[in-house]
Amino acid sequence: MTWKRILAYAAFTASYAFLMSVVVLAQTSLLNVSYDVSRELYKDINPAFVAAWKARTGETVTVNQSHGGSSKQALSVIAGLEADVVTMNQPPDIDVLAERGGYVAVDWRKRFPFDATPYTTITVFLVRKGNPKGIRDWDDLVRPGLGVIVPNPKTSGNGRYTYLAAWGYALQKSKSESAAREFVTRLFANVPVLDGGGRGATTTFTQRDVGDVLVTFENEAVAIGAELGADKFDVVYPSVSVEAAAPVALVEKVVEKRGTRKLATAYLEFLFSPQGQEIIARHAFRPRDERVLQKFAGRFPAIKTFSVERLLGGWAEVQAKHFADGAIYDQIVVKR
Amino acid sequence: MAHVRASRVLPGFGLSLGFTLAYLSLIVLVPLSAVVLRTAGMSLADFWQAVSSPRVVASYRLTFGASLLAAVINTVFGFLLAWSLVRYRFPGKRIVDALVDLPFALPTAVAGISLTALYAKNGWLGQYLEAIGIKVAFTPLGVLVALIFIGLPFVVRTVQPVLEDLDTEVEEAAASLGARRWQTVRRVVLPALLPALLTGFALAFARAVGEYGSVIFIAGNLPMISEITPLIIITKLEQYDYAGATAVASVMLAASFLLLLVINGLQGWTDRRSAKAP
Repeated sequence: MTWKRILAYAAFTASYAFLMSVVVLAQTSLLNVSYDVSRELYKDINPAFVAAWKARTGETVTVNQSHGGSSKQALSVIAGLEADVVTMNQPPDIDVLAERGGYVAVDWRKRFPFDATPYTTITVFLVRKGNPKGIRDWDDLVRPGLGVIVPNPKTSGNGRYTYLAAWGYALQKSKSESAAREFVTRLFANVPVLDGGGRGATTTFTQRDVGDVLVTFENEAVAIGAELGADKFDVVYPSVSVEAAAPVALVEKVVEKRGTRKLATAYLEFLFSPQGQEIIARHAFRPRDERVLQKFAGRFPAIKTFSVERLLGGWAEVQAKHFADGAIYDQIVVKR
Repeated sequence: MAHVRASRVLPGFGLSLGFTLAYLSLIVLVPLSAVVLRTAGMSLADFWQAVSSPRVVASYRLTFGASLLAAVINTVFGFLLAWSLVRYRFPGKRIVDALVDLPFALPTAVAGISLTALYAKNGWLGQYLEAIGIKVAFTPLGVLVALIFIGLPFVVRTVQPVLEDLDTEVEEAAASLGARRWQTVRRVVLPALLPALLTGFALAFARAVGEYGSVIFIAGNLPMISEITPLIIITKLEQYDYAGATAVASVMLAASFLLLLVINGLQGWTDRRSAKAP
């Protein structure tokens, strides 16, 4: 009967070791809850941070990732997903964490440089090789008969930025809200498919061969060129675009409970460091650091941009005026 | 079944009924009551506005319309499939039999993506259909195709065992008594199969109403045209509008429950009718 005893001991030891390792892991790990297309970025950021932290403190840490639609991820944090940090693609998804349950400090924008946004991207056009329809600027997108692929503004930050970029363009050009409204109405009348997110729209345009132009983030357009070959598509920069800054924040409740405040703060600060900024630039997001931006200047053509805060009165107003149920976006798509 | 309840020859009625109710409450009723409770927090005007805006109404029409149509088509062709599988022997029959279950096992997103790839204008089927002016992907027709795909096994799998139990001798007897082929099918086979067909229809319909994963890829999701109700619910959730989402969900729930109740009633009626028949 001794073998049974040995087995029991072995099982006990194994489970004890497993439990201990879980406890140890829990002490020195971070969970970064992020949006969908940042997957590749953080795959490079995390090992670089782990190495930097090891060099600084001698501690070995792990950074775990969770990716999904930005708003869905925010809902998961509210529902109890223990994120130490959140890295989203639009401020409303962090504001909601401050409003509902105080997961994030109300003044989260002031906790890190540049309103807590380590990088930006802009909305650009992707057209088929050689630009057969001659699409140069926003005005070309409302030509009758053109197919414009945009992700659903109701479910996707990417789509929301496209809508706002078009609105901002028309508003600046005509100085009249009713003209802007007519412009986005005509634009969305040209949309044959509304995908749930940015990646879905990419698939529809590149794989299903639907539409003449895809309106999406610059980093996504560059990634498409790298993935699917630069010989199939061209990137077109419009005369003016919206600046989409990606916000980050500490989840106060979680770092307090898990005692990870120092580590989590260092992790987010790393994003603003020259090393972090360089990784960001390599993934075709526009870095904040001037020197890094200079270094990669060839990849980021300078164009005029406006931000939601400066031109459109901030996200709370935009949300209520354009995207809430029954607001302008709903009105224009119901009429089309 | 009825006589068991009446006389209770079988022991353990209290225990099993208690268990059934507790289990059903835990698994089904508690989550559903959460939906109703969330909705109860809204004022009547808010509720009405959430569930009756033109976009939402258009989505009910698409979801329930396409689901009903898909269930009808599946009932007809599912019956034919089940018939071939039970009544005939042919090489590769087991493989065909296994194929029927595939829509059950396939992740719905995979189904949606492959159907879209197939029916898009550059897809294997789509290029020919587009040439004759039929657009499937990114139209309501695409929704119907996806719903037919995911609903098929329900009809086949409910009709098959009943058909297996139905002896061919019954049909032979009908034939020897002078019934023509069509009469045999109409008067002998179909009445016996009707309850199973109705169950299959109800299951396929219920599955189609709730389907999200496969439809979302092929639908195109244009407001008023190809937006399904589950997408409206997801949309509201993405905007942190829990109350609006549960309001629409509760309308779907009530409509589905009513329809299933009617189908069940119909089934009971055909059961009684066929029990009366000699």
